[in-house]
Amino acid sequence: MKFGVLVFPGSNCDRDVVLVTRDLLKQPTRMVWHQETDISDLDIVIVPGGFSYGDYLRCGAISRFSPAMQATIAHAEQGKRVLGICNGFQVLTESGLLPGALVRNRDLHFICDRVPIRVERTDLPWTQAYQPQQVITLPIAHGEGCYYADPATLEQLQANQQILFRYCTANGEIDTATNPNGSLENIAGICNPQGNVVGMMPHPERASDATLGYTDGLKLFQGLLTQLN
Amino acid sequence: MTQTYQAKIYVTLRPSVLDPAGTAVQSGFKQLGYDNVGPIRIGKYIELTVMAPDENAASQQIDRMCDQLLANPVIESYRFDLQLVPATTGVEA
Repeated sequence: MKFGVLVFPGSNCDRDVVLVTRDLLKQPTRMVWHQETDISDLDIVIVPGGFSYGDYLRCGAISRFSPAMQATIAHAEQGKRVLGICNGFQVLTESGLLPGALVRNRDLHFICDRVPIRVERTDLPWTQAYQPQQVITLPIAHGEGCYYADPATLEQLQANQQILFRYCTANGEIDTATNPNGSLENIAGICNPQGNVVGMMPHPERASDATLGYTDGLKLFQGLLTQLN
Repeated sequence: MTQTYQAKIYVTLRPSVLDPAGTAVQSGFKQLGYDNVGPIRIGKYIELTVMAPDENAASQQIDRMCDQLLANPVIESYRFDLQLVPATTGVEA
């Protein structure tokens, strides 16, 4: 499985992802500069966290038009996998690969924390290594992570089971008190209807190396390497 | 002959999208003693110029530019005013 990690000016979680896929999982991985146009060698494209193009105008608004993102959109349209983490999630919504938008956190603060997340669906490669409704702990670090979509889009997300991750209590209950950023429906991560494109605000790559103390994110990457039964 | 048009563009959050920054500013006014200030919505103001054969062409292009990049239609709406920039004539003193 060959991974590619997009690198925009201002990306800052790109190397963390490479450390997971290349060093921990021993998979061929290359970094893809934002000016590149040919990514046909890649199986999975990861759009990493950071502040692409300084997040000017809106988070992810300008990166969307980069050559590498145009190639990533074509990659996704072929049914190949794309994962957007944090700023990468914002880029994927801006580019229209995922519905909705990520806006300013409810309480305005930049949040840097570890939070419980409930895995909503485990029949996709991304989440197949988790147990249904499993509560995992992942780091979040964002100022604009409040998921918004209009009511019709939200209804579709529910109907198509596109919500993959939700912020929850330590026991896995969904309530507003444990919603860190005001996201609608406590949404922390979603996929497209086909399930090949995933976006999430939490950072699985920052919770993959045991040296850092948390490894709940590693299963997401491991799941991608296992054939779905 | 092309003319230069200046656009003043206002990008605002759709009414259904929460604006926590606006709420924070509103509470700031409350602290200052202004108890009569209603809800505040904060948006973006953008100025730019384009060269176009006429006002209609300029307007259509700016509309596309707003839709493609300056505003995210999922969360924002926009409007703009367009003004012809008079060609400078003669030598400036």
